[in-house]
Amino acid sequence: MKLMLHVAPGIVRHPLIASVILETQTLLNIERAKVDAVSGEIVLDVAPDKCRLVKEAFERRGVDVVLLEIPVIKDDDQCVHCGACVSICPTGTFKFDDWRVVVDSGKCIQCGACVAGCPHRALKLILK
Amino acid sequence: MEAKSLSEVNERIRDGSVRVVTAEEMPNIVDELGPAGAVREVDVVTTGTFGAMCSSGVFLNMGHSDPPIKISKAFFNRVEAYGGVAAVDLFLGATQPSEDQGMEYGGAHVIEDLVAGKSIDVEAEGVGTDCYPQLELETNLKLEDFNQATMVNPRNAYQRYNAATNTSDRTLHTYMGTLLPRSGNVHYSGAGVLNPISNDPDFEYIGVGTRIFLGGAEGFVMGSGTQHNPQNGFSTLMVTGDLKEMSPQYLRAATFHMYGPSLYEGIGIPIPILNERMALKAAVRDRDIRVPIVDYGVPRRDRPALREVSYQDLKSGMVDLNGKEVSTSSLSSFYHARQIAGTLKQRIENGSFLLTQAVQPLSKVGSSRPMKQTKEFPNVGDVMSRDVVTVRESIGIEDAASRIVGGKFDHLPVVSDEDKLIGIVTSWDISKAVANGNISKVSEIMTRRVYSARLDEPVELAARTLDTHSISALPVIDREGHVIGMITSNDLSRLLAGRRSH
Ligand code: SF4
Ligand code: SF4
Repeated sequence: MKLMLHVAPGIVRHPLIASVILETQTLLNIERAKVDAVSGEIVLDVAPDKCRLVKEAFERRGVDVVLLEIPVIKDDDQCVHCGACVSICPTGTFKFDDWRVVVDSGKCIQCGACVAGCPHRALKLILK
Repeated sequence: MEAKSLSEVNERIRDGSVRVVTAEEMPNIVDELGPAGAVREVDVVTTGTFGAMCSSGVFLNMGHSDPPIKISKAFFNRVEAYGGVAAVDLFLGATQPSEDQGMEYGGAHVIEDLVAGKSIDVEAEGVGTDCYPQLELETNLKLEDFNQATMVNPRNAYQRYNAATNTSDRTLHTYMGTLLPRSGNVHYSGAGVLNPISNDPDFEYIGVGTRIFLGGAEGFVMGSGTQHNPQNGFSTLMVTGDLKEMSPQYLRAATFHMYGPSLYEGIGIPIPILNERMALKAAVRDRDIRVPIVDYGVPRRDRPALREVSYQDLKSGMVDLNGKEVSTSSLSSFYHARQIAGTLKQRIENGSFLLTQAVQPLSKVGSSRPMKQTKEFPNVGDVMSRDVVTVRESIGIEDAASRIVGGKFDHLPVVSDEDKLIGIVTSWDISKAVANGNISKVSEIMTRRVYSARLDEPVELAARTLDTHSISALPVIDREGHVIGMITSNDLSRLLAGRRSH
């Protein structure tokens, strides 16, 4: 299962992932990480039975954790087929088909980049 | 030369014999039949564009309350509308953010909600005069409750628009959408082949009073738009239409992340093919319309252009930027642009949309000059402190500690043997290293991703860099990358506070 961590300014310099691995004795696969001097966003893959344990361990360290289960959803009533999402998605989830934007949800790794990038708020990641 | 008159075209619209094609179909027709054949074969070419048109808004007349009020300040769903027009006339601008939801809801969303038939909360404050004694009021209004709701858009339907990329190393959120770092993508806007002005670039038809398709209703060209710049191929239109006649399909509110609200609008203009010249112009293709790709990574007015491309290149989904294939996508919707051109074609074919003789042609000379700024902005070089201490990465922690104690800043820029900035250490990094005891050199603790300010950049930009990255000081570098000073958030807040209190 995928967990998305939002690391707030101030705690980014701490060895968060290492300490959670040690505490929970769980293997974590880092799928995507964007960390700079002040904050970060990390997506981890975790075995389903350890998910809760890991999530809570991060939350105790002040990290915002979101469980990612479902690929991106496009609301066709809101979508105007502009295509702003097409070049933002790192995995090519969106493409034009005769100038309509279609979604190949199998490609989505739930990075979230497109959600804020859609001017019509037509894209959602449902978080459980 | 083959020619016909506008009244002949209107006659054919009335009797149902008019021949209409969209601007997408026109180039092949002209290729096949030649311009004279195209004039014989085609009476009208329809165009369409659907994209973010920030410079839009609505004049709303609310009618008089009892006791009457002269509104000085008004809010629709907590979005402020301009009240300085007359007692109960207001102008609601599309990009105005709301007081409570900020950028996620703005003037564009109020307009969208009104057109969708929703009821809007209205709060107003009055001046209080002998003739208008009321000081405050609250009410709920739907679109039908306003006496007039007249859309007036100062600048719409750009002839073409610069494409955007970002060579900086952070993601930028702009009115050109999300621009990924290191030229990760290119965004563009505009319908290209279907663009209204690109099909009549010399305004042989479009002029003051031209009837257009605006937001699903009939609208009119009021004149050239603000920043109208036909000399350089960036013409714009000022347009108006009755909001009450518009349809939610062609007016869609949007929010550009960390930029603000905007309104997506559909505009379509029919262009009669009265002569061979007009046929040739309406045969424009995507490949004929060229725009620069400009670098939004440079936060200045004169952003450098990386290269020039055509709409055909942009629409292909990939362009080459310095040897790298970069993915492109649009912000405007070609799908809807096509629908608009198609709808307009139908309306003309079924006789419900007649063409108009312009009251006056649009100006072929415009103005889009930069702002005249009468108050000088200091540059970083005017404000920075020059007594900066730098260190080499090979020096020891103790040494670094003593320099930071002796110096005036909490930050020590680290420079290479050529004196170029390569990193930074803070007093916090150093004290941590001293406490740990097992670190000996600056190179082990320095932050290599270091932000800096340039000597010749305006202080406002340095302030934004500090703010965006939540840091408190920036090394200042010259053109060669040598560290020549330091600018801190304290310097800046002192300067800006001093200035803003005047
Ligand atoms: S950015 Fe949003 S509105 Fe535009 S095509 Fe993608 S989902 Fe649709
Ligand atoms: S969430 Fe990320 S991977 Fe999924 S569609 Fe959006 S941009 Fe692509």
